[in-house]
Amino acid sequence: MNFVVLQFPASNCDQDAVHVLKNVLGHNACYAWHKDTSLGDADAVIVPGGFSYGDYLRTGAIARFSPIMQAVQNFAAQGGPVLGICNGFQILTEAGLLPGALVRNRSLQFRCENVFLKTENHATPFTQTIPQDKILRVPIAHGEGCYFADEETLAKLNANGQVLWRYVDASGQATEAANPNGSLENIAGVCNAQRNVAGLMPHPERASESLLGSADGLVIFESLVKWMGAKRAA
Amino acid sequence: MKAKIIITPKKAVVDPQGKTVQGALEHMGYQGVGAVHVGKYLEIELTGTDKEAARQQIDDACHKILSNPVIEDYRFEIE
Repeated sequence: MNFVVLQFPASNCDQDAVHVLKNVLGHNACYAWHKDTSLGDADAVIVPGGFSYGDYLRTGAIARFSPIMQAVQNFAAQGGPVLGICNGFQILTEAGLLPGALVRNRSLQFRCENVFLKTENHATPFTQTIPQDKILRVPIAHGEGCYFADEETLAKLNANGQVLWRYVDASGQATEAANPNGSLENIAGVCNAQRNVAGLMPHPERASESLLGSADGLVIFESLVKWMGAKRAA
Repeated sequence: MKAKIIITPKKAVVDPQGKTVQGALEHMGYQGVGAVHVGKYLEIELTGTDKEAARQQIDDACHKILSNPVIEDYRFEIE
């Protein structure tokens, strides 16, 4: 499979993502610079974490208008899978590819810690190999990860199964204490109505090898690989 | 000409910055502070002379990039 990982000025999780895809999973992974206009023969696109364009104006606001994002818009419109992680999630909401927005953490603190995630919908390209009832332990590192959407959008997300992950405690309960940033309904990640674009604030690429303390994040990339394999075979 | 743009968080969006500033003001003894909303102020210097064309252009830019309509409101004046 060919993964393309985007690079904006001040992306900083791009190399981690490529490392996991290449060295842990054994797939092709290359970078696309923000000024590029083509994604080449990408099977999937990863929009990585970081502080693109210095987070100026709003997180993701300027990256969303870079030339490569036009290619991502076209790729997504044709059903290509796109996963945004942390700043990548922020960019995808700014681009209108995902509903809602990410705002300043309610605590005003930059939170850098492990969180627990419960998968809410297992029937998507990003979650299909995650075992039922498996609680994922994955790190977060952000100051603006508080998920917000208006009531109508939120109701739609819940009704359509577009909430993919919620912050929970170790026993799987979505408590206020388990919510690191004040996200509405403990939402950690969502997908679009077509299920081919997803974003999450936690960093699965930082938890894809047991040497790093957790390999729970790997299953998200494995889901994507399996889904693309089935799509290719079809 | 100059565009003066004010961007504020929507009422429905939690504004922890505003709440924190409000707490500080109260702590310092300032009376009667009902609420604080922290937003952004932008000044854009314009080289053209057509005020109406500038207004349309700034409105478009505010909607597309300068604010995020999901979480923010904006208003501006051209002078």
